[in-house]
Amino acid sequence: MDNQYADTFKEEAYELLAELESSLLELEDRPHDPELIGRVFRAMHTIKGSGAMFGFDDIAAFTHQVETAFDQVRNGKLTVSRQMIDLTLAARDQIKAMLDGVGQEGSTDAAVTAQLIAGFKELLNEEQAAVPPAETAMPQPAPAAAPADENLATYRIRFRPARNIFASGTNPVMLLNELRQLGSCRIVAQLRDVPRLGELDPESCHIFWDVILTTAASLDAIKDVFIFVEDACEIRIETLDNGANPDGGETHKKLGEILVERGDIAASDIEAVLAAQKRLGEMLVEKGMVTPTQVHSALLEQQQVKEVRRERIQQEERSRAQEAGASIRVPAEKLDVLVNLVGELVTIQARMTQTAAGRDDAELISIAEEVERLTAELRDNALNIRMLPIGTTFNKFKRLVRDLSGELGKEIEMVTEGAETELDKTVIERLNDPLVHLIRNCIDHGIEKPEAREAAGKPRQGIVRLAAVHSGDSVMLTIEDDGAGLDREAILAKAVEKGMVALTTELTDQEIDNLIFAPGFSTASKVTSVSGRGVGMDVVKRAIDALRGSIAINGRPGLGTVISIRIPLTMAIIESLLVQIGADRFLIPLSLVDECIELTRADVAAAHGRNMATVRDHLVPYIPLRRKFAIAGTVPDIEQVVITEVNGARVGFVVDRVIGEHQTVIKSLGRAFKNVESISGATILGDGSVALILDIPQLVRSVEVGECAALNTQ
Amino acid sequence: MAKVIMTADDSASIRQMVTFTLRQSGYEVVQAVDGRDALQQLGGRQVDMLITDLNMPNLDGIGLIKGARALPACRFIPIIMLTTESQDSRKQEGKAAGATGWIVKPFKPEQLLAVVKKVLG
Repeated sequence: MDNQYADTFKEEAYELLAELESSLLELEDRPHDPELIGRVFRAMHTIKGSGAMFGFDDIAAFTHQVETAFDQVRNGKLTVSRQMIDLTLAARDQIKAMLDGVGQEGSTDAAVTAQLIAGFKELLNEEQAAVPPAETAMPQPAPAAAPADENLATYRIRFRPARNIFASGTNPVMLLNELRQLGSCRIVAQLRDVPRLGELDPESCHIFWDVILTTAASLDAIKDVFIFVEDACEIRIETLDNGANPDGGETHKKLGEILVERGDIAASDIEAVLAAQKRLGEMLVEKGMVTPTQVHSALLEQQQVKEVRRERIQQEERSRAQEAGASIRVPAEKLDVLVNLVGELVTIQARMTQTAAGRDDAELISIAEEVERLTAELRDNALNIRMLPIGTTFNKFKRLVRDLSGELGKEIEMVTEGAETELDKTVIERLNDPLVHLIRNCIDHGIEKPEAREAAGKPRQGIVRLAAVHSGDSVMLTIEDDGAGLDREAILAKAVEKGMVALTTELTDQEIDNLIFAPGFSTASKVTSVSGRGVGMDVVKRAIDALRGSIAINGRPGLGTVISIRIPLTMAIIESLLVQIGADRFLIPLSLVDECIELTRADVAAAHGRNMATVRDHLVPYIPLRRKFAIAGTVPDIEQVVITEVNGARVGFVVDRVIGEHQTVIKSLGRAFKNVESISGATILGDGSVALILDIPQLVRSVEVGECAALNTQ
Repeated sequence: MAKVIMTADDSASIRQMVTFTLRQSGYEVVQAVDGRDALQQLGGRQVDMLITDLNMPNLDGIGLIKGARALPACRFIPIIMLTTESQDSRKQEGKAAGATGWIVKPFKPEQLLAVVKKVLG
C-alpha cells in the first residue's frame, strides 16, 4: 500500500510546506497569533501523521521534533522567537529536501538533520527540563492475537457497562459477539437492575452480563475486546480453568463457591442457608439473596467447566479408541429398521405427551417430558447414523465431466466445494440422477466450445462448480457454470409456441428461466447423445420435488447459469405445520412455509372472486384447500392462509385453523394410493388419528395447469 | 444495503487511504475535509459511523464529536478518532466528548478494518 498513496502524500506535503513557509513568515510579524500557531502545528502534525502512515518514517521522526516544539507554543509553554523561526524554516527546507530525495539513497544530508534536531531539543530544554517520553503503546484492536497456548482455558467475565454507554456509540452486543468469536461461550444477561417499564430510561443500559468463555486466545486478546470501554465499564476477567490440572478432571466448584467468588453473596450467608439442606439455588432465590438469573448464570459456569474437563478426558479416550479402529460396518437395512422404529417411538411419544397433558398428573407429566427429551436425542442420533458426506458422489461427477468434455471437444474444469456436507443416505442416492442430468446440461448447453469462449473474451477452459452447504435443516446444492447462460428469448418463444404461456403474458426474467422446468420443454436445436431429448429438466424437477426439495435456475446471459437446489436433510422425519380444515387435519412441510396470515370474509369480497390476498402491498395467489378437496361444512369467519414459497414463487393455502408445528414421521400411503395426487404421505398424530401430508409443489402445479387450460380455452 | 462511513480528515492522503480500504470491504464512504464540512454534511444525510482526525482547521475533531452527538441522528453512532501517540490527553478529551474508540496513527488498513468491524459490526 505504501506506494499507492505515496504520490498523494507527497503532493499534499508540498502544499503544506508552501503554506508553512508563508505562515512562518507571517508569524515573525505576529508571534502571538494563535490562529497562525495552530496552522503551523497542524501542517507539521499532518506531515508527521500521514508520513508515518505511508512509510516516510524518517520524515515523520524529524517532523515530530518540530511538532513537539509548536505543541509547547500552542500550550503557552514556549514563546515564538526569532531563533525558533529560523530553525523551523531550515527544518521546512530539510523536509522538502527529504521529500525530493525519496527513493534516492543518501541524497539528504543526515548531518543537517541531526543538527536541526539538536537545535530543537536545545530550544525545548531551555524552557522545560524534559519532555515526557512519548507513549508508544499501540492498542491492538484486532482479535488476531495468536493463541498463547494449545490448551483451552476457561474464563469468567463480568461485563457491567456504564449506564450511559450508548451515548458513546458503543453497542455492548457487538462486544459480546466478539467474545463469541473467540471460543465457546455462555452468556447470561443479568436483569436485576432493570427498572419497571414506567421508570425505564431506554437510553441507558440497565443490563450486565456474565460470560463464561472457553478459548485458546490469550487473556490479552480478551482484554482487547473491551479496550475502548475498559475505563467506563466494570470488567472482571478471572481464569477458571486453564488445563493445568487435568488430573482433577471431575472436581469442579460448587454453586455456592462460585457465587461467593463472584461477590454475589457472602460465604456466611451460604453456610446459614446450607444448614436447611434444600437445593441451594432454590433457597437462595426464595430468600431473595440472589436472583434466579444469577443462579442460572453460576450453574452455567459450573456446567461449562465440567464439560470442558469431561471433553478433555473423552478426547483422550477417543484417541485411544481410534487406535483400536472405532468404526463397524453395518448392513443398510439394519439402519432402516432402526430409523423406522425410532419413527414409531416418536409417534407414540407424541401421544403420550398429549395424554399426560390431559391428565393433570404432575408425576406422569414429568415422566412424559423425560421420555420426550430422550426420544428427541435418540431420533437425532439415529438419523445422524444415516448421514453420509456428499463427497463420494462428487468424485463420480469429476469423472463424468472429464469423459464428456473430451467427447464434445470442450475444455472444462470441475470445481467442488463442501464435499464434507452430510446428507441422509437415501437422499444422496436419489440425488444422483438429477445431478448427473444437470451437470450434463451444463457441459452440453452451458459451456461453449473453446473457440467461442475465446471470441467472447473468456478463458478457453470453462468451469463447472458444484457446491454443497448446510443451511438450517436443509442442504443447498449449487451447480454453476460460466458458459453462455440462458437464451431467454429462445425460451420464451418456445414456451409460446408450445402453448405454455400466452403471448401477452408479461414474465420476469426469473419466471422465464424457470419455464425450462416445464414438462416437454427443450430448446436445444439438435438432439445430442448427451442431453436435449426434451425429457430433461421436468424430470429433474420432479425428482427434487419428490425429495421435498426445491430447485431454481438463474441464467445470466453471456456469464453462465446458476442452479440452486434445496434439499431437506432427511426423508424419514420432518418438521411440518399442522393445519385443520373441517374435522380433517393436514401437514405442510415447514421448510416451505414462509408465514401465516388471516383471511376475513371482507378480504375475500374485496378480491372480487379472484383468489388473491394482499400481503404488505404484494399480491399473493392462494388455493382454497376446502374447495380443492371438496370438504363439506361451514367456512369460519376468519380463515388462515399459510403462505409457502415454492421455486421462488409465493403461494398461499387457505385452511380453517393453524394448529402448530409438528414432528412428522412420514409414512408412505401404500400401493393402492400410488396415483393419488396432491398428497405425498401420511402420519399418525398424537391422538392416534391420521393426517395427510400435502404435496405442496404438486398442488401448485396442478392449479397452474388448470389456470393455463382455462386461459387457453377462453 | 452498504453501511455508510464518513471520514473527516484534512489530510488528503489519509482520506484516500481510509476511503479505499473501507470501499474495498464493501462500505460506502463519504469524505469531509474538516470538522465544519463534516458537521454540515452530517446535518443532511444519515451515516452509520464517523472516523475523524483530531487536528483539523475550522472545527477540530473534539468539536466535531460534540457537534455530531448533538444531532439526533448521530447520538448513538460509533465515532472513532484518529490520534497520534503523543495525544493521550486529547484522547481522554475525545472520549469525554462522546467518541467510541480510537486508532493510533500510524495504522495499517487491517487495523482500521478491525476497529470498524468491532464497533459497527
